[in-house]
Amino acid sequence: MAVAAITENYVGERLDRVENFHGNQVLYVGWDNHLMFCAPVAFALPPETPFSKLLEEVLPGAFSLHPEFDQIDWGKAQWLLNGEAFTPRQDATLAEQGIDHKSILRLATPGLDGIKGSGS
Amino acid sequence: MSSKKLNLKDKYHLLTRDLEWEFSYRDRKEIFQQEEFEGIKITDWSKWDDPFRLTMDSYWKYQAEKEKKLYAIFDAFAQNNGQQNVTDARYVNAIKLFLTGVSPLEYAAFSGFAHVGRQFGGVGARVACQMQSLDELRHVQTQIHAMSHYNKHFDGFQDFAHMHDRVWYLSVPKSFFDDARSAGPFEFMVAIGFSFEYVLTNLLFVPFMSGAAFNGDMATVTFGFSAQSDEARHMTLGLEIIKFMLEQHPDNVPIVQRWINKWLWRGYRVLTLVAMMMDYMLPNKVMSWQESFEVYFEEAAGSLFKDLARYGIEMPDYAADAIAEKEHLSHQAWSIFYNYGHAAAFHTWMPTEKEMDWLSEKYPNSFDKYYRPRFEKWREMEEAGERFYNPTLPMLCQTCQIPMGFTDMENPTITSYRQSVFDGERYNFCSNGCKDIFDYEPEKYVQAWLPVHQIYQGNCGGADMEDVLGDYYKMNLGSDNLDFHGSPDEARWNSWHNLEPAEDKLKKAS
Repeated sequence: MAVAAITENYVGERLDRVENFHGNQVLYVGWDNHLMFCAPVAFALPPETPFSKLLEEVLPGAFSLHPEFDQIDWGKAQWLLNGEAFTPRQDATLAEQGIDHKSILRLATPGLDGIKGSGS
Repeated sequence: MSSKKLNLKDKYHLLTRDLEWEFSYRDRKEIFQQEEFEGIKITDWSKWDDPFRLTMDSYWKYQAEKEKKLYAIFDAFAQNNGQQNVTDARYVNAIKLFLTGVSPLEYAAFSGFAHVGRQFGGVGARVACQMQSLDELRHVQTQIHAMSHYNKHFDGFQDFAHMHDRVWYLSVPKSFFDDARSAGPFEFMVAIGFSFEYVLTNLLFVPFMSGAAFNGDMATVTFGFSAQSDEARHMTLGLEIIKFMLEQHPDNVPIVQRWINKWLWRGYRVLTLVAMMMDYMLPNKVMSWQESFEVYFEEAAGSLFKDLARYGIEMPDYAADAIAEKEHLSHQAWSIFYNYGHAAAFHTWMPTEKEMDWLSEKYPNSFDKYYRPRFEKWREMEEAGERFYNPTLPMLCQTCQIPMGFTDMENPTITSYRQSVFDGERYNFCSNGCKDIFDYEPEKYVQAWLPVHQIYQGNCGGADMEDVLGDYYKMNLGSDNLDFHGSPDEARWNSWHNLEPAEDKLKKAS
């Protein structure tokens, strides 16, 4: 029983199927220990987006208001993809490296601990 | 012909229980089609103990008298320009949140109780639900009337019903009630009658009504008093339905336990809005969220669950998660609204120095360590003319629909992430409670209308956020939204009280 319903074998409409996003997929990115951004953010991006574009164009638009953003050493940044350790390939697209619809990318920047070390 | 006056008991029976009739040519199952599909077993409806003995004629008489008094006070409030006598214009934003977030729930409750008041096979339960349904309809009306006076003098009130159906943060209370109303009749009663009206109601109404009293808002306080006798009735109904189900059949116990687990967590997540209202939106504070939570949840629910233990019902596991969050919840919630203050139909602001000191005192383990540095940075940015707004839409929890602003209580600077994969698609959650609720009934929650995803699907109007906020949400941009400082609300308040904004004072001094 996947739901208690008056109709047998009730199936709910999947409202967020990737087909509903007009060629985009949803990608969530959270920057650990930088809760000045209160929650991870959501982007709608084509699956063909190269990772380098995410880094160079998309993330600055989301996170550059933070004073530590310019100090990030991208070579040392650590990533989790849906909770698993992940090493991004810059020239590969999201889809090519397993970043699928409604995936979560977590960015950790050791040494940068937020405003006055507060995790903000 | 006898002219004997009926005693109260006879009258009650004639006017309620005896309205029932025997169904001679239709099957009961055909008439009460929703009574069995949830798995609840009722063997004898006559064992239902009416929680209150009220007939329709005495109901009308009593409520009419109450409302006459209530409206006399609303009139007096309006004629005395009561809006000028609240503590501060910032206070009114708590009322905006109430009108857009809570009052429409009264209407949803009216519809929900009217529905279950048709579905139960027992006449006693049906009459009680119909009475509560009428209460809820009266409450939404009196709340709208109480707050309509503010609509003449402040921004953000004008389209509350439209906004309730569309605006991102209002999808939190709306989806909560939609979840309950689309459940079966017994689950609805556990969700709303028991969890919300019995266990959590004091955490919602006491803070709003005492907040109103502490901040000079006579209209809202009077509404609160007027609703009190109804609320007492609702609480007894909530408790009766639980006891009735548990006493009817032992197979009902695990089902009821699962619903209690689910709905206390769902309700608690909705109360996030109350937490931030108490700690951040009231210029005169009543008590902190943490204090209120300890009194009205930890103590009260603790003794309630001791009573229920004899039926085999236990305190939900998630209670421990809620307790663990009490020193963080309001600060995380206010951070969310401060981040997205450009997309809210009420104003947000940074606490004053004095208010921050109050927060440090009330939250000695969390405020200075985790939140003060963040708030001071935001204040610094505002003073530099660069008030911080988050430029990107937030990730939402699939179940509670709140932006994922809650953190791991063992590591409070790290976002709490949970994920499930169902039918080949990922679903994300803020907590164990929200994930478990989805995992048990995924076919229900795959249908969640998540505002952020709807915007990205192009279902909320134009390409840019101004179209979504202005045309689709119907916010008056520049007056309903953004920071309190610099708002038309603030300017009007200052002109009523001959106050000068801090900026003008600085200019004159230099």
